[in-house]
Amino acid sequence: MSIDLSQFFEVFFEESFEGLDAMEAELLNLEPGNEDMETINTIFRAAHSIKGGSGTFGFSSVSDFTHVLETLLDQIRDGQRALTAEHVNFLLKSVDCLRGMLTALQAEQEPDLTEANEIRQRFEVILGMAEDTSTTFDLAEETLNENTYQVDFKPYPHLFKTGNEPLYMISELAELGELETQVFFDAVPDINSLNAEECFLAWRFFLTTDKPVSAIAEIFEWVEDDSDIEITICGGLFDTGLADADADADADDVVEESSPRIEALPDKKENSMEQTDTSINKPQINSPAKNTDTKKASDSSATSIRVGIDKVDSLINMVGELVITQAMLSQIGEQDVTETTITALQEGLAQLAHNTRDLQENVMRIRMLPISFVFSRFPRLVRDISQKLNKQVELKLLGEQTELDKTVMEKISDPMVHLVRNSLDHGLETPEQRVAAGKDPMGTVTLNAFHQGGNIVIEIMDDGQGLNTEKIRSKAIANGLIQESDELSPDEINELIFMPGFSTSDEVSDISGRGVGMDVVRRNIQALNGSVEVASAPGVGSTFTIRLPLTLAILDGQLVRVAQHTYIIPLISIVESLQIDISKVSRVGKDLDVLRLRDEYIPILRLYNIFNHDGAIEELDKTLLVVVESDNHKVGLLVDDLLAQQQVVIKSLEANYQKVDGISGATILGDGRVSLIIDISGLIKLSGLKRPGSQELVVEQKSAGAA
Amino acid sequence: MKKILAVDDSASMRQMVSFTLKKAGFEVVEAKDGSEALGIAKQQSFDAVISDVNMPVMDGITLIKELRTLPSYKFTPLLMLTTESGLDKKTEGKAAGATGWIVKPFNPDQLLAVLKKVIR
Repeated sequence: MSIDLSQFFEVFFEESFEGLDAMEAELLNLEPGNEDMETINTIFRAAHSIKGGSGTFGFSSVSDFTHVLETLLDQIRDGQRALTAEHVNFLLKSVDCLRGMLTALQAEQEPDLTEANEIRQRFEVILGMAEDTSTTFDLAEETLNENTYQVDFKPYPHLFKTGNEPLYMISELAELGELETQVFFDAVPDINSLNAEECFLAWRFFLTTDKPVSAIAEIFEWVEDDSDIEITICGGLFDTGLADADADADADDVVEESSPRIEALPDKKENSMEQTDTSINKPQINSPAKNTDTKKASDSSATSIRVGIDKVDSLINMVGELVITQAMLSQIGEQDVTETTITALQEGLAQLAHNTRDLQENVMRIRMLPISFVFSRFPRLVRDISQKLNKQVELKLLGEQTELDKTVMEKISDPMVHLVRNSLDHGLETPEQRVAAGKDPMGTVTLNAFHQGGNIVIEIMDDGQGLNTEKIRSKAIANGLIQESDELSPDEINELIFMPGFSTSDEVSDISGRGVGMDVVRRNIQALNGSVEVASAPGVGSTFTIRLPLTLAILDGQLVRVAQHTYIIPLISIVESLQIDISKVSRVGKDLDVLRLRDEYIPILRLYNIFNHDGAIEELDKTLLVVVESDNHKVGLLVDDLLAQQQVVIKSLEANYQKVDGISGATILGDGRVSLIIDISGLIKLSGLKRPGSQELVVEQKSAGAA
Repeated sequence: MKKILAVDDSASMRQMVSFTLKKAGFEVVEAKDGSEALGIAKQQSFDAVISDVNMPVMDGITLIKELRTLPSYKFTPLLMLTTESGLDKKTEGKAAGATGWIVKPFNPDQLLAVLKKVIR
């Protein structure tokens, strides 16, 4: 029977990564000399499972590597070896290494084994073991000449209670060759003292086979201790030494006899490995359908998701209700139209709306995972970095069960790592500085997640020195981001760290400052329709607050009318909507109008102009202005009218058409028409606005805007 | 149809074992640790149990020991999945009442071949 093992790979990888995460988390909990047995057990089990799975699924590089880990852990578990800090460090390193190997294998690449081999050698030194692979390999699979063996098999009475069945063993034996069976029933007692649960029979077999004696021994392997077994060769060509049932002696003889067989051994091992390999690969090569699967697998974002059975059950429940509602509605549709049917129809439609909303919410829930998936990587990160920086840090994780869309989760991880690194590197002081400032030498970094409205809020707090406002200000002036004369509040100055081109380069270290600035962090978060802001107090600490929509698939939108077209503006980017006071509008440059709104000048972008629509209202005082914010830019979008606010399902334009500048996607409205969703930052770029200073906006390139 | 209880904390191994057995015509029930398996085993009857050794909550050896004390599992083949490093586990398993063992790593064909020794 051929079974395509590759179908289990994805599950294997997923559970292995989970196992590694668990190992890492538990390792960080370990205190050498004071270790908890259950923790060691959990770590051992994770390593053990990865080893077992990788061996079974043909990833020998991983299973070989895990083998040394397992051996060490087993010794620690059995109390033969005391756990040291060195062990923990090496184990953590091997977790990273395994992660790398598995990632490579998952992408169907050859893993880089240099690091693995190094770590493995270190482990072998620790374990004091010489390379002892391939000793357990079964030597006796060579084909021999045909022989007749006499097998005497006398089970002890308790044999049945081990669950073994002599009949099946005899059948197995018969499959090896020609079998002659004799049964001895002289030990069977008389009927009165016979215990039906015990075995009183004994057998003698004569088996003529070309299989080695070990194949026979293997059949009786499980009952060695529960019976007398004797295997002898009858009238053989070999001397009595070989006739002994001892398989080892047999193998030794074989080896001595003909030297080529020694070489045959490693070959054989390789062959059998290759066989497993090909049995894995073959189906993929043969069927084109499998090939596309493979491609998908190498794209790391196309992974599977594990869903709790309760979520699936509630979905099925809801679909059931939907079907009932549908049946009800089609029944109404068959009746004549009367007042009662119309009422019933309205009720049915209300029911349908209710079902749909429930279903939508529940489908969304499927993609939701607790944020602990992201949080769990931070204990390790904080440990490593704080060691490197010689700082004492306590990491607090709050709201780990807060759920978040999987896609959002995957993309928020890197920005968070960057922010946490910054907090550790720049935010927290050294223990000496902290003591001098009258603080606990142990600094605290807190990650907190919670839901607020339709958003998830993630806070990264530290109790360090806070942002150095003066330094940021002087840097910003030096970089030309603000003028010396600009009067900014401390909060506004702190916001400047998110500006492109702002880098406090004298603070670059190998922890943060890897050439990725805070502007990238902000941009990545904005790409998720989210926002990030900072609050800081000197000497008390700083807090970065990330706000994200719960999902990327649905967005709260403001429908607006431009000429005869309906566009959607993401609600999250709208600051306010207003009627224009024409007296506060002034014209700068050739054809850019700006509105003085309180203390700011808001450039007015005419949507009909940017999107080339005729028939829109052009008089400023007869239209409405939607003030939106993106990248700290505020602009006003000129629209004819504000329509409804509603949740819209985002459909990708790239997937259905092509990328359009200034448009982030499309949706289908209630009346079936397609409406485009405006991408604010793309629109600002498209309009050719540029902002060199903090408040002044100039027109850089008008040609783009006229397109 | 013969019914087998497959116990392993690793989902991929469990799926592989279960898939192989189902394809060979067995009915399979899965459990993710010894304790869950014991609960299931008390509710239904099985023609054989295949269990991993290292599992959280309740390990395979304990499971086998517990099962053997149940009247309906007195003669049932109870197989354990071990790794080659767990040689002493075999002795321990036999003492607990295990029928035999299957050494990891194994492929589906090996699993079925071994199974033929105790269930047909």
